[in-house]
Amino acid sequence: MKLSADIARSLLMARWKQSLVAAIGVTFSITMFIGLLSFMTGLNKLLDGLILNRTAHVRLYNELQPNPVQPISMAPAYKNYYHFISSVKTIASDKRVEGIALKINTPVFFNEGSVQIAGSISGIDVQAENSLFHFNDYISQGSGNDLALIPNSIILGKPLAEKLVANIGDQVFITTTRGDIFPLKLVGYFATGIRDFDKVLGFTSIKTAQKLINKPSSYITDIQVKLFDINKAPLVAKEYSQLFNTHAEDIQAANAQFETGSFIRTLISYMVGITLLIVAGFGIYNILNMMIYEKMDAIAILKATGFSSTDVKTIFLMIALSIGTFGGLLGLLGGFLVSLLIDGVPFHAVSLPGISTYPVNYNPVFYGIGILFSLVTTFLAGWLPALKASKVDPVVIIRGK
Amino acid sequence: MNDIILQAVHIDKSFREQPGIPILSDINVDIQKGEYVSLMGRSGCGKSTLLYILSTMDTDYKGELYIDNELMTGQKSNHLAEVRNEKIGFVFQFHYLLNEFTVLKNVMLPALKMARLPLLDIETKAMEWLNMLGIHQLAPKYPNQLSGGEKQRVAIARALINSPCIILADEPTGNLDKKNSDLIFDIFQQLSDNFGQTLLIVTHDPGFANRTKRIIQMEDGRIV
Repeated sequence: MKLSADIARSLLMARWKQSLVAAIGVTFSITMFIGLLSFMTGLNKLLDGLILNRTAHVRLYNELQPNPVQPISMAPAYKNYYHFISSVKTIASDKRVEGIALKINTPVFFNEGSVQIAGSISGIDVQAENSLFHFNDYISQGSGNDLALIPNSIILGKPLAEKLVANIGDQVFITTTRGDIFPLKLVGYFATGIRDFDKVLGFTSIKTAQKLINKPSSYITDIQVKLFDINKAPLVAKEYSQLFNTHAEDIQAANAQFETGSFIRTLISYMVGITLLIVAGFGIYNILNMMIYEKMDAIAILKATGFSSTDVKTIFLMIALSIGTFGGLLGLLGGFLVSLLIDGVPFHAVSLPGISTYPVNYNPVFYGIGILFSLVTTFLAGWLPALKASKVDPVVIIRGK
Repeated sequence: MNDIILQAVHIDKSFREQPGIPILSDINVDIQKGEYVSLMGRSGCGKSTLLYILSTMDTDYKGELYIDNELMTGQKSNHLAEVRNEKIGFVFQFHYLLNEFTVLKNVMLPALKMARLPLLDIETKAMEWLNMLGIHQLAPKYPNQLSGGEKQRVAIARALINSPCIILADEPTGNLDKKNSDLIFDIFQQLSDNFGQTLLIVTHDPGFANRTKRIIQMEDGRIV
């Protein structure tokens, strides 16, 4: 084995220029593969994050508290214990659930002088919203935490605030569905990246929202559930819907198009990477074929002096695999550098505060797949030439001289 | 019986494409240990074909072949490779040295393949043979820096490295001038006289053949 490796190395070094070209082919394709995939999935993550991070994986949205039939009472064992809080505890103690955030959604009118702009206000639990749905990431000015600290405060979408001619610190007047006019203090702007949201939405704390609609402090409209595994959302939604006799919407049903988009983009990246690798594979195939024609004499004498067909095949497969390993490892490095490069390119989007360069996903899995691909491709590319070399009949070569 | 190194029994061979026309018919050859034999004949009489059958490289024949009392006919190719490695030394008309390796490494290759001895011992042995053939100073050089006669001597050293039962040579002086041919004759002579090495040399040069101890004459695929 060691001897085969030694011979393989010598043959490789004897044609080091061609070998290098073949290796560079592999390097190039792996670089592109990793660069492309990192960038694509980075972009995917960013775009999906716009919606997915902000959206509950399962949303329970009956007005639970006023419902005459309490969810918990559906289970006979708890007939006399029903209280809304128990259902929250049930969800919170579910092992699949990362966390829950309570929410009140209510339609309101924002008053600009005599003009009323229809919109809605979400009363949120700032801490839970922040830890589960990255609320602070979307605050472009001010602080999300002020919602909880300053009573009767509101954060508006930047375009909405502009429409209302409201600066931070100003009072914003809203009209509730009951017709009451309420002054709220503007403590920040947010930008979700989806302008239609930003034009009609305001955030307050749950307490403020409860005051707006004149409900007791136990009233909420939504329970947002975040799961550890997003793919379990449809199952969990169905379960909760039956358990609590309420509407439960899963994220896949709500945002089906995102999954499809991500999938297609990832697929394209893989296709491009694999295509490049196949091209590199043909390069290696050519080099090895040439090498075999050149080294017919060497193969013949090796076989005459006692190297078996298997030995000869091993030698040529080793050549192919060392080209693959060398090119592949360089490609990993190249891919990382390209990722760094893309990561450094400035990228400013008005709707995306907190993003200043192109997003890149440094997922080690891509590097694993990259080196695996390069080895598999070079192995396959080396297989036929190696087989051919192993079948060289020394008698034909030696007698032909 | 025991000192028969190579034995061919009723060997027939004909072209695959033309089954009617025999190349070799009913060849019976015994070579004893220590014999110095030449295989003579005009070109096209089948002497090289016979040599390659005896060398186990050509397995397409009828009959039986024994090397060191072991039946070679019908053995797997990997086993035949081992036998060639261990028991047969080859010298061809062309030297077939690997240009990527030094002279020393070229000589060592078959022994490295056999892997019975530690590296240092193989190196010592290779140097001994190079020394004996008077070319030890060439050890660190590469084959393309050598003259034709020197290359052929390196090839002989390579054939000797595993102390084979028999050395098979196919027109070993075919590419060499008179002076170098004589040198190679002398080497074979010495190997036979001083080391008791069994040798089978294919040649069409009567001068060469006459110096060997036994001549097998071939004509039209038969031994005469």
